[in-house]
Amino acid sequence: MDVDRSLVIRNLRKEYRSGQPVLKDVSLAVEGRGMTAIIGPSGTGKSTLIRCINRLVDPTAGEILFRGQDLARLGGRALRVARRRIGMVFQEYNLVERLSVIENLLCGRLGYVPVWRAWLRRFPSADIDRAFHLLDAVGLGDFATARADRLSGGQRQRVGIARALMQEPDLLLADEPTSSLDPKTSVEIMELIARRAGERDIPVIVNIHNVELARRFADRIVGMSKGEVVFDGPPQALEQAHLLQIYGGEGWLE
Amino acid sequence: MSDATLPARARRVAFPPNWPARIALVALALYAGYAATILDITWARFVAGFGHGARFIARMFPPSVAPDKLELLYSGMLESLQIAIIATVVGVLIALPLGLAAARNLVPLPLAWAARALIALFRTFHPVIVAILFVKAVGFGALAGMLALIVASLGFLSKLVAEAVEEMSMPQVEAVRATGAPFLSLVIMGVLPQVMARFIGFSAYQLDSNLRNSALVGLVGGGGIGATLFTAFQRFDYDFVLTIVLAIIAVVMVGEVLSGFMRRLFQ
Repeated sequence: MDVDRSLVIRNLRKEYRSGQPVLKDVSLAVEGRGMTAIIGPSGTGKSTLIRCINRLVDPTAGEILFRGQDLARLGGRALRVARRRIGMVFQEYNLVERLSVIENLLCGRLGYVPVWRAWLRRFPSADIDRAFHLLDAVGLGDFATARADRLSGGQRQRVGIARALMQEPDLLLADEPTSSLDPKTSVEIMELIARRAGERDIPVIVNIHNVELARRFADRIVGMSKGEVVFDGPPQALEQAHLLQIYGGEGWLE
Repeated sequence: MSDATLPARARRVAFPPNWPARIALVALALYAGYAATILDITWARFVAGFGHGARFIARMFPPSVAPDKLELLYSGMLESLQIAIIATVVGVLIALPLGLAAARNLVPLPLAWAARALIALFRTFHPVIVAILFVKAVGFGALAGMLALIVASLGFLSKLVAEAVEEMSMPQVEAVRATGAPFLSLVIMGVLPQVMARFIGFSAYQLDSNLRNSALVGLVGGGGIGATLFTAFQRFDYDFVLTIVLAIIAVVMVGEVLSGFMRRLFQ
């Protein structure tokens, strides 16, 4: 892969209300491969950080450098073109419920397909073939024409992953992809993300509450607390003391 | 143990009297009585009115089925149906984009407020008033009635579209936005699937409503069966009036059944 898929965040700050930063000048460099897990307590800015990258949230200050552009400065068409190279998987799956599974997957091509094609559902046949291929890859080949609201949570998240991969992304963001799922399905979903992103050499940034899952699948763990990075290292380096620092308190570790 | 022996704070009132509401009710009753005396509503007039009404109804029977009258009825009714259907189609086509433009969670606020102001303007006057304005502007006939009903359809449908869009689930829209979709594709794949079923329901209702109102706008010069009805009144053809009224009732009922069927079809 000749495109540089690395991401550099410099002094990223976000204040929803002025004077109360959720992200306090976060700086982070993510290599162009492998999985980076961001752990930390709820309300610590993990989601905000990830959403600043594809600009579902507008940062207050700082730079987000990706493929030679500062994502924090983009707007209009340039932002849309940048977004289509960044796939996203959501905690609540965020499928369009009244669309069929295959239509949800094809949503991943909307950044490339002219409006009239989307309207008339005349997607290029290469895209449709890819959608069926990906659907098989996530194990939902038989559900192509089912409406998304008929699926179970695990199935929906598989569709969510396939939709993100349809974008042929250079970066995959996952915001708590397993938090609404049972433990077994959670592992399957993380495996699916790791495998499908790994074989395409797509770097993944994942917010995750489950420290064990983070240790098991991530190549690097970033611990956040109160809007700041307090730990950054390989999973083996993450010790009890770090967890105390990230989450605070003690009793819960017993 | 009687109430008197309890400490004061223990005697709590379960249903405290709502004095402002009581006063408002009494004031309303007094005003209604006063207004009735001003308007010279007396029992004698009421009784006399019943007498006139009875004579009027007596002159309606039997309903006229003369061939020339039926010819008039047919052409008037056909024009009304055309007015209603064209007004609904044009209204639906314009209301969808206008309603989307008025949704505050989808477009920049200044645009949303501008669209809302336009919708409010469309909704300000009853279709009959609008029809009178259009009759003055473009002259008597079907065109004026059609324009009036288009305005009425726009006001109703675009407001409901805007409200449906504002109630939709944003996470689904957010996910489509994250793919880098252009705005119109976002609307087509993220917004419309969520609001389309309701929009079709509204449109069916509007067709139903336009069928009824097309008779109304005719009364003030907007063409269609309303014009036929008005002429029949002026010529004291009360038997023909009854025929027209029965025909309108039949059409409205058929319209109601059809629109109900349409709503079920698209649920």
